[in-house]
Amino acid sequence: MNCTEFLAKLTDYFDGQIDPALLAEVKQHLGTCHHCEVVVDTTRKTIDVYRGAETYELPEELSNRLRAAVMERCRISGKLPDIAVKTTK
Amino acid sequence: MEVQSSPIVDQPLELLAETVVAEPPAEIHPDVALVERAKAGDTAAFEQLVRQYDRQIFRTAQHITQNREDAEDITQDVFFKAFQKLNQFQGNSKFSTWLVRIAVNESLMRLRKRKTSKTVSMDQDVETAEGSIPRDFAEWRPNPEQNYSQSELAEILRKTIAGLPPGFRTVFTLRDIENLSTEETAEALGLSVPAVKSRLLRARLQLRERLSRYFRQNKEASK
Repeated sequence: MNCTEFLAKLTDYFDGQIDPALLAEVKQHLGTCHHCEVVVDTTRKTIDVYRGAETYELPEELSNRLRAAVMERCRISGKLPDIAVKTTK
Repeated sequence: MEVQSSPIVDQPLELLAETVVAEPPAEIHPDVALVERAKAGDTAAFEQLVRQYDRQIFRTAQHITQNREDAEDITQDVFFKAFQKLNQFQGNSKFSTWLVRIAVNESLMRLRKRKTSKTVSMDQDVETAEGSIPRDFAEWRPNPEQNYSQSELAEILRKTIAGLPPGFRTVFTLRDIENLSTEETAEALGLSVPAVKSRLLRARLQLRERLSRYFRQNKEASK
């Protein structure tokens, strides 16, 4: 397996959707290719750092305001019972 | 390759009814019970669904549009449209995936309007090879989390993902940030599984390359 073939299998490798025979080839390549080893390590860190970070927070106050607006639109549309909408927990 | 329109952008809301036919789940998901109550006019049940998924929908919309005001509007629109079309949700897929699908549709439409062009779609820029071939082989040591404060890192991540083409950014957001499965991502975007995998690979590699460059630059600057 060369680097190009390895890259083509990278998504399946990360997602654990690779058959055992191919996995052995991937691991063998990783054992001998430092560049691909770095690519795997830093790509995994890329995913982890995005997953772990709160890039776009929705503050509680905004969440309450959006929810109130949604419920008001629903109420006006006439499908929901015409009752007061609670906006806080 | 410039594509004039995207199937998902042009998809009328009526077609957002679930298209995946699956075996009935062994246990009823709590969301399905909430949806049923909401269909029967239970305001509190629908409000609970909004409360559960507003953050996910807001995040998804902001990742795709890269605009906070748009994300706020889209979050409202998504839940209102979901409410209007609640009868189309039969529980064959997750309620959250159904919502995300509406959110992606709304977000791409916003992007297209903002750019006053019909070229914003899931297919745009997929032919680009930029960043898809690894060129930077520097290791990240120490890990970025150790090198930056949370707010600094969040800013770096926002700037970096903003540079990705919308088609890649959307797939990465759904698959790696919102943790949808490949199949759910494909369903939400109206793409095939191989197409999602291909875009995901390119998105991951491009982000890695951009972050690598950034971290190396900052590391060198701090010497």
